[in-house]
Amino acid sequence: MPAAPETPGGPVAPGAVTRRGRWPGAITLGGAGLVALVLSVALAVTVGAAGLSVGEVFQSLAARLGLPVTPLPPLQDAIVWELRLPRVLLAVLVGGGLAVCGAVLQALTRNPLADPYLLGISSGASTGAVAVLILGLGSAATLTTGAFAGSIAAFCCVLALAGTGAASAVRVVLAGVAVSQLFGAVTSLIVIWAGDAHGTRSVTFWLLGSLASASWSGVALCAAGAGLALVVCWAAAPALDAFAFGRETAASLGVSPGRTQLTLMVVTALGTSALVSASGAIGFVGLVVPHAVRFLAGSRHRSLLPACALYGGIFLLWADTAARAVFAPREIPVGVLTALIGVPAFAVVMRRGRGTG
Amino acid sequence: MSLDAHDVTWSVDGTPIIDGITVSIPRGRLTGLLGPNGSGKSTLLRLLAGLLRPRRGTILLDGRRLGELPRREVARRLAMVAQETSTDIDMTVADVVMLGRIPHRTGLAMTGRDGPRDVLETEKALARCGLAGWGGRRWSTLSGGERQRVTIARALAQDPTELLLDEPTNHLDIHHQLDLLRMLAGAPTTVVASLHDLNLAAQYCDHLLLMESGRLVASGPPARVLTERWMERVYRVRATVSLSPEGRPHLRYTPLAPAPAP
Repeated sequence: MPAAPETPGGPVAPGAVTRRGRWPGAITLGGAGLVALVLSVALAVTVGAAGLSVGEVFQSLAARLGLPVTPLPPLQDAIVWELRLPRVLLAVLVGGGLAVCGAVLQALTRNPLADPYLLGISSGASTGAVAVLILGLGSAATLTTGAFAGSIAAFCCVLALAGTGAASAVRVVLAGVAVSQLFGAVTSLIVIWAGDAHGTRSVTFWLLGSLASASWSGVALCAAGAGLALVVCWAAAPALDAFAFGRETAASLGVSPGRTQLTLMVVTALGTSALVSASGAIGFVGLVVPHAVRFLAGSRHRSLLPACALYGGIFLLWADTAARAVFAPREIPVGVLTALIGVPAFAVVMRRGRGTG
Repeated sequence: MSLDAHDVTWSVDGTPIIDGITVSIPRGRLTGLLGPNGSGKSTLLRLLAGLLRPRRGTILLDGRRLGELPRREVARRLAMVAQETSTDIDMTVADVVMLGRIPHRTGLAMTGRDGPRDVLETEKALARCGLAGWGGRRWSTLSGGERQRVTIARALAQDPTELLLDEPTNHLDIHHQLDLLRMLAGAPTTVVASLHDLNLAAQYCDHLLLMESGRLVASGPPARVLTERWMERVYRVRATVSLSPEGRPHLRYTPLAPAPAP
């Protein structure tokens, strides 16, 4: 096979290649994302059984901020503030948070199939929630608490199994799979033992996820969870870049692999637990959004993580809006919609990425 | 001496890999680490880099115990390029080399914009590896040899005083092998590189270490280490050694005995 002739004295610089390569700048990507996010929120709030215009939504917002405008009638105002806005914001926070946690766990384990539920969190959450329900304490607040406690318990089991120190990526993944199976079995056992339809329905909610029970307390919880994950992981962005080249390379670059891995695993577990206890285990977002965003923003976590937060949020917002609007008044589980919208969207991004890359 | 090992031992499940090595790496010189497959070269380099903690013995970086220094502080002085760094990450060459600046960045600058010093060191490192102008290329499109040179540039971007390289000439064509070794030999950095090509080692290294079964059996200038006696004992080949006009040994090999029947 003839080899391509090479210029002696070193390769020639490819013409006019910027440092960032072909990815759009952080400003472009971030600015476009922010504008799209604000517009999406305003638009999504108008979607639903009771007709509202974007103008009315802003009118209601302005009135609440104390600006001199006529407030909306109380019923419409309540629809905006008590029903739609919490749900829309919850979708943004859960989508963004799951995408960030997924991206971080994919980098830590060097496993493209990793998602936020890798560490046993979703199965732990359903076990906790079902246990609370069967014990007959099933108010919304105790359910959330139970789910959160269950997911943290599952994560602690994963840590105990994988070892906290220099656990290899494979050990972490295997421990996560084993613990997920264990908690899944415990959940089934509780449901069958109690034998009530309520528990069965609850399990479905936790396994498929839903944003229908959105509340402002859920929004606050998810804002804390997603915010914590984004801030801490973003601060560790260079370490995550180094992890892509293996633990030993990370160590030789001055990153302490054991400590970094443990810190980031704990933070993503806390964040994911908060998200899951408010919305159940919504699938697909945390797995595929990071891959799609890598095609847009590149693999450097400094830009990847904020882009995941923005675009993951927008994605889940529209998936949930479609879930409640398309077959209204019936609702389809949002997890079904994330896959139905997500797979074609991902295919488009992947093809484009391959074409230019 | 910049790096010293005293009676260092490393074993896996009771099998000794490094068996009581004491060695001093001469400052500012290019030291070649030689030895047959499985003689412990890579393990010794990882011990010297602080990536492995010796089971017994100590390693000193400028007289201070390596195991007691914080990882980041070590990484500001000492860079290591391991043998295989396979990843399909989609980053530009400049971004990969910029990883070498991680130990020099602190606080908000850690994740923030790349500082002018970081950009300068990155570009210097690329130029030293013959990669000037390659910053915008994507890692995922590079060949094995190109990745090897980018990885070495990343280590140079750490601005190290000690540089440890595990078979850095792997995947490189002969032109780039010579370029690399000439650059390393001319650098003021203390370099230890494991090498398989004994003639290249003879040509460029100031100092050679010869390993056999986890032990250091010979060390010194090339003419003292690359002898017919050592080649026969350690590599099990018959070597004819001639001296170049500059006094560097040159080897031609013939098999010692026919290979045993399988």
